[in-house]
Amino acid sequence: MDFLNALILLLNYTIIPALTYGSQLALGAIFVTLIYGVLRFANFATGDMMSFGTMFAVLLTFYFQSLGISLGVLPTALLTIPFAIVMMILYMLTIDKFVFSYYRIKKSPPVQLAMVSVGVMFVTQAIIRIIIGPFDRRFLDGEKFILKAIEFKEMTGLNEGLTIKSTQLITIIVTLIVVSVMFWFLNKTKTGTSMRAYSDNEDLALLSGIDPKKVVMLTWIIAGVLATVGGVLYGLDKSYKPFVYFNNMLPIFAAAIVGGIGNPFGAFLGGYVVAFGEIFITYAYKKFFTYILPEHLEPDSLMQLLSTDYKFAVSFSILVVVLLFRPSGIFKGKIL
Amino acid sequence: MKKYLNVIAAYSIMLLLIILVGIFQSWTTALTIFNYCMISAVMTMGANIQWGYAGLINFGIMGYTALGGLAVVLVSVAPVPEAWEAGGLNMMFCILVIAGIVFSIRYVLKKIKNSKQRNYLVAAIIIGGLILIRIISGPAIESIEAVEPAKTGFLGGLGMPVLFSWIVGGLFAGGLAYIVGKIALGLRADYLAIATLLIAEIVVSVIKHEDWLARGVKNVIGLKRPVPYEVDLQGTPWFINLVEKFNSGKLNLINSVAEKQDVLKQLVIDASSVYVKLCMAGLFLSVVIVLLIITQKALYSPWGRKMRAIRDNEEAASAMGKNIVKEHLLIFILGSAVVGIAGAMMVTNDGLFTPGSYRPMRYTFVIWVMVIVGGTGNNFGAILGGFFVWFLWVQAAPIALFLINLFTAHLPETNALKIHLIESAPYFRFLMIGIGLLVVMRYRPQGILPEKIIKQ
Repeated sequence: MDFLNALILLLNYTIIPALTYGSQLALGAIFVTLIYGVLRFANFATGDMMSFGTMFAVLLTFYFQSLGISLGVLPTALLTIPFAIVMMILYMLTIDKFVFSYYRIKKSPPVQLAMVSVGVMFVTQAIIRIIIGPFDRRFLDGEKFILKAIEFKEMTGLNEGLTIKSTQLITIIVTLIVVSVMFWFLNKTKTGTSMRAYSDNEDLALLSGIDPKKVVMLTWIIAGVLATVGGVLYGLDKSYKPFVYFNNMLPIFAAAIVGGIGNPFGAFLGGYVVAFGEIFITYAYKKFFTYILPEHLEPDSLMQLLSTDYKFAVSFSILVVVLLFRPSGIFKGKIL
Repeated sequence: MKKYLNVIAAYSIMLLLIILVGIFQSWTTALTIFNYCMISAVMTMGANIQWGYAGLINFGIMGYTALGGLAVVLVSVAPVPEAWEAGGLNMMFCILVIAGIVFSIRYVLKKIKNSKQRNYLVAAIIIGGLILIRIISGPAIESIEAVEPAKTGFLGGLGMPVLFSWIVGGLFAGGLAYIVGKIALGLRADYLAIATLLIAEIVVSVIKHEDWLARGVKNVIGLKRPVPYEVDLQGTPWFINLVEKFNSGKLNLINSVAEKQDVLKQLVIDASSVYVKLCMAGLFLSVVIVLLIITQKALYSPWGRKMRAIRDNEEAASAMGKNIVKEHLLIFILGSAVVGIAGAMMVTNDGLFTPGSYRPMRYTFVIWVMVIVGGTGNNFGAILGGFFVWFLWVQAAPIALFLINLFTAHLPETNALKIHLIESAPYFRFLMIGIGLLVVMRYRPQGILPEKIIKQ
């Protein structure tokens, strides 16, 4: 019986990683949901757009490192995010001008736009691979750990160590800042309100004098910020590999739909639902139970519901369950 | 005749392209491309049945392809008796448990009306069932995988002829489509796309990680073939005689006997691989033709008209008394079954099953590009799309390399940009496919060969 150790164990192996991963998913999911809410299509280029923004951050990080510029204990990549965001927004606006705007003006069905986004996905993927290549790249520098397991053990005298990586803390803090600024913008400012009005009822919004061009541009700008920040945070925490980013599109979609597509707050929470679901279901609880149960009840098996191979499958199963029981998502979708 | 002029023209160009590959690269390459083109064509026909006939968007093609491939392993590989002894009984019992879960959920859904109570019960059944399955299967899986892990380590198949597995692949895929359709078909188009894609991911990850079933990412190699092996052919007299007859002119020019033997040997080796590929091509071609006849007949039958009516105006069709849900489910199953056949054909062609290679890029999005580019709702268009896009997918790297060399001819060999571009030549295929899709969507949204409605 040792509740403190059990708690630290869970914190170290499930809660902190899930919070980090959830934040990264949440940023992507809000990106998907915004595009869906305002521009009305499922953007299959999501993962690759995030990868595109991150690519600039990676390249600039390497450039800054060669110049000797750094942020000390913080990773240099944080410094490059603004530049990467600008490049990302420019790319998105170009794509929108040459590809998406034609179908928007023609009022094509959403499926056609989704198909077009598949084309954009191919092109973006090609550009990324031609510029930076398909390889795995690490661009994290500065201090790696805030709290090491050994230090924690010495500090508290517990059996279990608690490790906090700097990227985990950075991810959670940056996500909170970005998301709160975004919600403040959407809910409190006039431009944000006009965006929500446009998403809610396009014709009515046009009648009340809202400029659709401005709304679309704003959407892409916010999307660019979210995509780049989300991508860079993921890359810092794990590593940057174009193929992985493409695959991340799937749990991000799951998060957006679970939260109720078109609803940014739902998408934000959906990210955490998916992340916690993935990690809680695939975690082996054997050690946890040896701490909290009396000795003669200690489990022999791993006490794992599903093996970690099924991490992705779990998030998709969550999606299937949500689609079956609440097709509009946990938090009623389609209100921006 | 005039009506079909564009079809004939498009197909002749395609054939010419493949023949050109045969002349300039090699006949083996050309036939490999041709075979894969036909496999892609079958997949595209499956997707076209769903999207072109009924307007259902299915991004789960990857999952059905993988299931078709799994069918080849489960049908044609010889059973592993030791593994069956070690854990076969437990695995069979697990299947019973799964069936029990499904039936009890159905029972609960039918009998209990209180929605909250019902949901809790269903959740309890699923979690309880999962735990039960883990307890039963855990030790069995371990002992199955311990049977010669380097060679088998799985239950094996039924040891039946491989051609039979094509049908089974179709059945498997159809069965999965029934489940997916029940879950997801009520969703709006783009939701459906995402849901099917994610469900396909689940299927692939199960095939990838359940080693007792088909060795997972360790792959199954040396699968049976419906055609003779190259090595056997090289030893058969009639084949050697045939090659000799074909190349008699060339052989007569050579005087020394020893040299003649060597040349003949090389010729036989080349010819055997071409012959095997030709046999495969014949099999695939017959599948394509049979499917084409069936789908054409279906498209212009009353059933096909009904499907188009449902696609074009669901409310009107429903008002006319057509059962939309049922028809959608049926066409979803039919299309997926065709994709499953294609998956089985592909694994048969390769002779190996590699679950790790099933990725959405190659098996969902490229197939969709084929459907869109070829022409939705037109079977000839779908086949052409399969041929054309697959050809581009394979030949894009050589084309890109040629273009890069052309445009950077004035740069020295050591130029960093030139080296970088040449190194990244393989990725230009994504660029070409993407731009191709965007151009077709913009300027010819109905595809190269558009849908044709025959007025009766």
